[in-house]
Amino acid sequence: MTIAPADIGIAPSFSVPQRGKLHAIFRRHPTAMAGAILLGLLILIAIFAPFLGTVDPQALAPIRRLKPPSGAYWFGTDMLGRDVYSRVIYGSRVSLIIGISVALFSAAVGIVLGLLTGFVRLVDAILMRVMDGLMSIPSVLLAIALMALTRASMGNVIFAITVAEVPRVTRLVRGVVLTLREQPFVEAAIASGTGFLPILWRHILPNTLAPVLVQGTFIAASAMITEAALSFIGAGTPPNIPSWGNIMAEGRSLFQVAYYIILFPGICLSLAVLSINLIGDGLRDALDPRLARRM
Amino acid sequence: MFAYIVRRMLATIPVMGVVAIFVFSLLYLSPGDPAVIIAGDTATLEDIARIREKLGLDQSFYVQFGRWVWNLLHGDLGISIFTNLPVMTLIKQRIEPTVALTICTLLVTIPVAIPLGVIAAWKAGSWIDRVVMVFAVAGFSIPGFVLAYILIFTFSIGLDLLPVQGYTSIRDGFGPFLSHMVLPSVTLGLFYAALVARITRASMLDVLSQDYVRTAQAKGLSNREVLIGHALKNAAVPIATIIGIGIALLISGVVITETVFAIPGIGRLVVDAILRRDYPIIQGVILMFSAWYVLVNLAVDISYTLFDPRIRY
Repeated sequence: MTIAPADIGIAPSFSVPQRGKLHAIFRRHPTAMAGAILLGLLILIAIFAPFLGTVDPQALAPIRRLKPPSGAYWFGTDMLGRDVYSRVIYGSRVSLIIGISVALFSAAVGIVLGLLTGFVRLVDAILMRVMDGLMSIPSVLLAIALMALTRASMGNVIFAITVAEVPRVTRLVRGVVLTLREQPFVEAAIASGTGFLPILWRHILPNTLAPVLVQGTFIAASAMITEAALSFIGAGTPPNIPSWGNIMAEGRSLFQVAYYIILFPGICLSLAVLSINLIGDGLRDALDPRLARRM
Repeated sequence: MFAYIVRRMLATIPVMGVVAIFVFSLLYLSPGDPAVIIAGDTATLEDIARIREKLGLDQSFYVQFGRWVWNLLHGDLGISIFTNLPVMTLIKQRIEPTVALTICTLLVTIPVAIPLGVIAAWKAGSWIDRVVMVFAVAGFSIPGFVLAYILIFTFSIGLDLLPVQGYTSIRDGFGPFLSHMVLPSVTLGLFYAALVARITRASMLDVLSQDYVRTAQAKGLSNREVLIGHALKNAAVPIATIIGIGIALLISGVVITETVFAIPGIGRLVVDAILRRDYPIIQGVILMFSAWYVLVNLAVDISYTLFDPRIRY
């Protein structure tokens, strides 16, 4: 459903990042700064969820079902009398864990596969056909298909979304490696007798990190949306975990009488994705000066 | 050029091959024995064994895969476990709303998004450019199903202007059809419009900085002639690419949009199939969507050679 603008049509040409540049990025890009503050706030909310005036998000209370938002129940209560505010606050944990895990895992796997395909021709021929095939399956459907095979659990959701995202990172890293291989500084390293592994470790790998970092932020944002979408249609995080997608799924049949069950998790999800997208845009502008002028 | 087109077409075969292996493994690895499910509750062990033999489930993976691909090439996507109908028939029954939704979305987004991108590039740095960029970031960040409910609350429940959910075929009247299509098309289209506007702006900015654009301005052409006649024409290739990729992407967005708006299309078919673990339907829909994606990409690549005579392969 979502793709990062970086992986369509525009070949990335990243500069080598300099140390200490990261904080300068945020100073120069106020929108990235806003995104970072928003994300920081969200992380604090997720960590301190039990201390934010929440009650047990799973506590049932049939007597106070479907209460509209009020002083006692800030976001109202759902059809089982559970406090929607507490559920939404705890739901931030699920979204953040899934967004961050998927970004980390797909970056790690993508870098390894990208380096392999960039250097070993036989692996390249086979693996890139597999990646092309996987990329032609819409990522939401690919994740749905994998979820249909397994039990609903957070680990399986992370695995399913990671499989759908890995081809994009692999293709990105492979592209960077193929360009780097032809660069004079790599030739110089080979000529001066540097071994294959040191070249890989010291010259190639560090240069793939900047584009992967940018891609990783967009993957985190996209993974949050995919998790919510999967849970929303009933093929994601198990219903006993309060994730934003699950809360919205439960509010689906009631939205004409209890709009707030869907509205609040929806707003939180949008803000979370927005904050990460803003950071990603800022990083891309800073690390890719050629693109920065245009996007 | 002809050789290139043939080569490009042949290149789709391994891609579809990978998709076929993935989709077949899905059924092969799926928990539960299809023979047991088809035989029903009252079946004896002999019944199950007979059905297993009839379906070829006692054969090896390769034999089963070969037979499955053979059937596939003859347009047979298998039988739905739950409804006992051929998957092909079910897809044919459900395809009309999905196609209608996709076309409506394109009609809503393209005429808005391309002018937005052109104006933003022309007035780069101005407030109008900022507004377009904010719209683009918002479009990437608001998930379709969240936007859907915001639109329903506003236009259907609040203002009572449009129906909340449902679908009416165009054969039952254009008015009802249109009123049911407005909100789903906008929902599905926001992300896509943001994408097209952003790419249009980026490729226009590239073109506008080139010498022949300055020449065109210098010789006294109006802004409109420069923008549309000279700049947009040359910025067309990336825009065409993104429109093509978008058509393929929209198809996956319909899964969620159709669920929210209760539209009986392919998306609903596959969501219902997941909840019932009806694997043949999931397989059929994934195959169809992937084939569509591969075909659109093929068409986009071939259209380059027609759009841009500078591209030679």
